[in-house]
Amino acid sequence: MPFNLLVLFCLCYVVMLFLVAFLAERRAAEGRIGWLRSPLIYTLSLSIYCTAWTFYGAVGYAARSGLEFVTIYLGPTLVFIGWWWVLRKLVRIGRQQRVTSIADLISSRFGKSNLLGVVVTLIAVVAATPYIALQLQSVTLSFAVFASGTPEGWALPNRDATAVWVAGGLALFTILFGTRNLDAKEQHHGVVLAIAVEAVVKLVALLAVGAFVVWGIGGGMAAVFARIEAASVPDWVIKPDRWFGMIAVSGAAVICLPRMFQVMVVEDGDERHMALASWAFPAYLMLMSLFIVPIAVIGLERMPEGSNPDMFVLTLPLAEGQAGLAMLAFLGGFSSATSMVIVESIALATMVSNHVVMPLWLRLAPQSAMTGDVRRIVLLARRLSIIAVLALGYVYYRMSGGSVALAAMGLIAFAGVAQVLPVLIGGIFWRGATKSGAVAGLAVGFCVWAFTLLLPFFGPDTVLSAAVFDHGLFGLGWLRPQALFGVTGMDPLVHSLFWSAALNTAAFCLVSLFTFPGPVERMQGAAFVNVFDADAAGPQGWARGRAEPEALLVMAQRILGEEAALSLFEGEARAQGKGGYLPDATPDFVAGLERRLAGSVGAATAHAMISQIVGRATVSVEDLMAVANETAQIMEYSAELEAQREELTRTAGALREANEKLKQLSVQKDAFLSQISHELRTPMTSIRAFSEILTEGDLPPEVVANYGRIIHDEAIRLTRLLDDLLDLSVLENGSVQLNIGLVNLQQLLDRALAAASHTRPERDFTVLRDLPAESLFLRTDGDRLVQVFINLISNARKYCDAAQPELKISVRQRSGRVMVDFVDNGSGIAKQSQGIIFEKFARLTDQSRAGGAGLGLAICREVMANLGGQVTYVPGRGGAAFRVTLPFRLEKRAA
Amino acid sequence: MARVVLIEDEPNIAEAIRFLLARDGCEVHALPDGLGGVEAVRAGAPDLVILDLMLPGVSGLDLLAAIRADAGLAAVPVLMLTAKGQGRDREAAERAGVSRFMTKPFANAEMLAAVRDLVGQQG
Repeated sequence: MPFNLLVLFCLCYVVMLFLVAFLAERRAAEGRIGWLRSPLIYTLSLSIYCTAWTFYGAVGYAARSGLEFVTIYLGPTLVFIGWWWVLRKLVRIGRQQRVTSIADLISSRFGKSNLLGVVVTLIAVVAATPYIALQLQSVTLSFAVFASGTPEGWALPNRDATAVWVAGGLALFTILFGTRNLDAKEQHHGVVLAIAVEAVVKLVALLAVGAFVVWGIGGGMAAVFARIEAASVPDWVIKPDRWFGMIAVSGAAVICLPRMFQVMVVEDGDERHMALASWAFPAYLMLMSLFIVPIAVIGLERMPEGSNPDMFVLTLPLAEGQAGLAMLAFLGGFSSATSMVIVESIALATMVSNHVVMPLWLRLAPQSAMTGDVRRIVLLARRLSIIAVLALGYVYYRMSGGSVALAAMGLIAFAGVAQVLPVLIGGIFWRGATKSGAVAGLAVGFCVWAFTLLLPFFGPDTVLSAAVFDHGLFGLGWLRPQALFGVTGMDPLVHSLFWSAALNTAAFCLVSLFTFPGPVERMQGAAFVNVFDADAAGPQGWARGRAEPEALLVMAQRILGEEAALSLFEGEARAQGKGGYLPDATPDFVAGLERRLAGSVGAATAHAMISQIVGRATVSVEDLMAVANETAQIMEYSAELEAQREELTRTAGALREANEKLKQLSVQKDAFLSQISHELRTPMTSIRAFSEILTEGDLPPEVVANYGRIIHDEAIRLTRLLDDLLDLSVLENGSVQLNIGLVNLQQLLDRALAAASHTRPERDFTVLRDLPAESLFLRTDGDRLVQVFINLISNARKYCDAAQPELKISVRQRSGRVMVDFVDNGSGIAKQSQGIIFEKFARLTDQSRAGGAGLGLAICREVMANLGGQVTYVPGRGGAAFRVTLPFRLEKRAA
Repeated sequence: MARVVLIEDEPNIAEAIRFLLARDGCEVHALPDGLGGVEAVRAGAPDLVILDLMLPGVSGLDLLAAIRADAGLAAVPVLMLTAKGQGRDREAAERAGVSRFMTKPFANAEMLAAVRDLVGQQG
C-alpha cells in the first residue's frame, strides 16, 4: 500500500476519533451523561493498560523469552481479582478528596505537602518518558514496515520526521480534548469515549490476526499446538525469580502508572463500576493474550531469519498478502499507542502544572493569585506541559536510537512507577505513615531504581562508566549497579526490583516510625484511612469567620469560572437561609470550597490559596479529639452538641437578618414621607418664587422667557416624580397591564442605549456589547424591559467613577431563561449598601448628581417581578454589576 | 448695601433668591455647596448667611455649627431653609444657633421681610 494512502487512512481514523470525542463532549455538556459513565465504558477505558508494547511487543517477547510475557497480564489480573478492595478504597478517596493525579493523592494524604507532589511528579515523568518513546517508536516502526512492504519498493523517506509528525499530532489531539475543562473532576468524557473505541479496535484487530494465523495459516488449533510443541526457538522454562518479580512489578504498575490512575480514579470516581471491572478487565487481558504464542511460533517459522519479531502482528498478514487484515492490525497498534500517549500526557501535564508550575507561580507572584486570571494560567501550564512531555519522549526516542526491544523499555518504566506503591498503600492503610517517611522511601526507591536499572540500560560508558559497572560507584565494590552489596548472579531486573522495593519500604517504615506527623497530616491521614466511615470527609481546621466571603468568591471565580463559582456560592447562601450570592464563610463551607478548588489545581495549591485569604489553618481541640478517635461516645455526644449549636446559630442568624431588615424598613418608611415631602417641595419652591416674580411684571422679555422655562422644567420634574410614584404603586399592587409580544433583545438594548445617552452626555462612555449573543427573540413586555435597561445604563453613566468609564453588556442563556449582565468598571457598590439599593429613595451618593428621585432601581425590581424575572446585584465582578434574569416566554397571567 | 452669602444646591431656587434680593438692593454671593466651609463664607464678608439644610458634601447643620464656632462669624445672622418640613429639623437647627428657620416653598414677600429684618437687626 502506498505510504501516502496509509497516512490518509490514519488521518481518517483520527478524524473519526475526533468526532467521537467531540460528540461525547457535547452530550456531556448538555448534561446527558447517561451511558458515558457506565461500567462498560469504564472497563474499556482501563484497557489503556494495553499499549503498543502489549500489542506488538508481546509477540516479540514470546518469540524471545517464551511464556514469560504472560506475567505482564497476570499481575493486573491478580490485582483486579484479589485486590479490588484496595482499588475501591482508592476510587472512594479520589472522589471524596477530588484528587487530580497520583501525585496529588500522595501530596494530599501527607499534609498537602507540595514537596511530595514534586517528588512523585518527578518519578512519574522520568519513568514515563521511555514509555512514551516506546509508543512513538512502535508507530514509526509500523509505518516503516508498511512502507518497505510495498511492491513498488517504496521506502519510508525519513523515520525521524515520521516520529516528529506523530508526536506533534498527538500533542494537538491531547490539548484539544484534554485541556478544555479545568477541573480534572469535570472529566474528559470525550477522551474516555475515544479510548473506549480504541480499546475495541485493538482487541478486534489482535483477535482477527490471531484467528487468521491459527485457522488461515496454521491449519486449526490442533495443528498449531503441535507446532508449538515442536518449536525450538523460544524456551519454555519458567524462571521462578523472574516470574515472581514480573508479576509483582506489573501488578504494582497497574495501580501506580499515571495513565491507569487517571482512568481508574480521576476520570471515573464511582466505585460501583469496580464490580464489573474486577472480572471484565482480566477477561479483556486474557483475550488480548490468547493468540500471542501462536502468532509468535508461526511467525518464527514463516518469516525470514532476522526479521523483527516485535512486528510479526503486522508482517505476517502482509507476507501472506492479506492487506486488509494488515491494515486492521496497523490500526490496532496505532490505537494502542495513541490512547496511551494521550492519557499519559494528560495525567503528567496535570501533575506538572499542579505541583511544579502553579506552586512556583504562587511563590513568585503571590499577588497575582488574587488578581490574575488563574484559569488561563493553569490551562496554559497544562498545554505547555503536554508539549514538554511529548517532546521529552521524542528526545528519548532519538537518543535510544529506536532500536531497543520494546519489552525492555516498558519494564524499566514499570519498575520506576512501582516505587510509588509502598507509600500509596501505606498512606491509605497506615495512620502512622508520615510525610518524612514518604519522602525518604520515595527518594531511596527512586535512586536505587535509577542506579540499578535506568542508567545501566544505556550500556557501559554512556551514562555510567565501565569502571562503575565493574568496580562500583567511587570504587566501592558493594556499589556495583548490577550487584548491590555483593549479591551477584541475579537477573538485573529482579535484582533492581528486589533492592529498590526492600530499601524503599524499609526507609518509609523506619522514618515514619521515628517522626511525628503535623496536624494537617494527621487529619488527612485519618480521612484517608477511614474513608469508608460515615462523615469521614475529614475535620477541617479553618477558623470561623476569618474569611471575607467576597474575597473567596473573587478567588473562586478566577479558578472555577464566573458561572460555576456564582452558582456554588448562591447554592450555599440559600442552604444557609440567606439571599444573594454571599454565604457566611463557615468552616464547613471553606473546607468544601477548598476540596472543589483542589479538583482544579491540586490539594497543595488549593490549600495555599485559601490560606492566603483565611490565614493559617488552625486546629481546634474538637478536631484533634476526632482525629485521636478516643471513644465513640465522646465523639457522638460532641457531634450532637455541635449539630444543635449550629442549628441554633443558623436560626439566630436568620432571625437577626430578618430583624435587621425590618428595622431598616421602618427607618425607610419614616424617611419615605420626609423624602416625598422634600422631592415635592423643591420644584414647588422654584415654581412659586418665579411665578410671583412674573406676576409682578415689569421685566425684560428675555428674563420673562428664561423664568417661564424654569417654571416649565420644574413642573415637568414634578410630573415625572408623580408618574414614578404612581408607576411604582401600580407595579407593587400587581395590577399592571402588560403588553406582551415578540421582541428582539438586540433592538431593545439599542433603544435603551439611545434613550440613556442623554444622561451626562458630556462624558466619553464606552459600551462593550456581544451582538451575536443578543440577537434573540423573547416573549415579554418590551417597553417595560427597555425601562429597566434604561435605568441600569443611566445609572452606570451617572455613577461609574472610572477615568475611562466602560459598560459591558453580556447575554447568556440557561435552562429557558435569559441573563443580561451590565457590568461597569467603576468602584462598585459597598457591601453594606448592596442590600438596600433596590429600596425606594435609597440613594447612595448626594442627590444633586443623581437628578432622579431615587425610585429607579425600586421600579426596576417591581418591573422584573412582573415580567417573571428579577434584577440582582452581583458582587465580586470588579465594578457595579447588575444581572437581569427573565424567562424566554412570559405567559399571560390568568385573569 | 447688605452683603448676603447664599448656600443652596438647587440652581433654580438659588437664582430666584438671588433675583429677589438683588432687586431689593443686596449684594448676593451664591455658593452651590458647603464644601469650601467656613473660609468660603468668611471670604464673602456677609451681613447675612442663607443656608439650605440638605447640601451635598456637608450638611447645613454642620456648617451652621462651624459658623457659630468661628470667632469672626459667630454673630452673623443665619437664615436656614429646608424642604423637609419636619419639626425635628427645626429643633436641631435652633439648638445649633440658627437665627431664623423657613420652610420651602416660601412667599417672596416672606423671604424679603425676613432678610430685611435680620440685616436690620444687625446693623
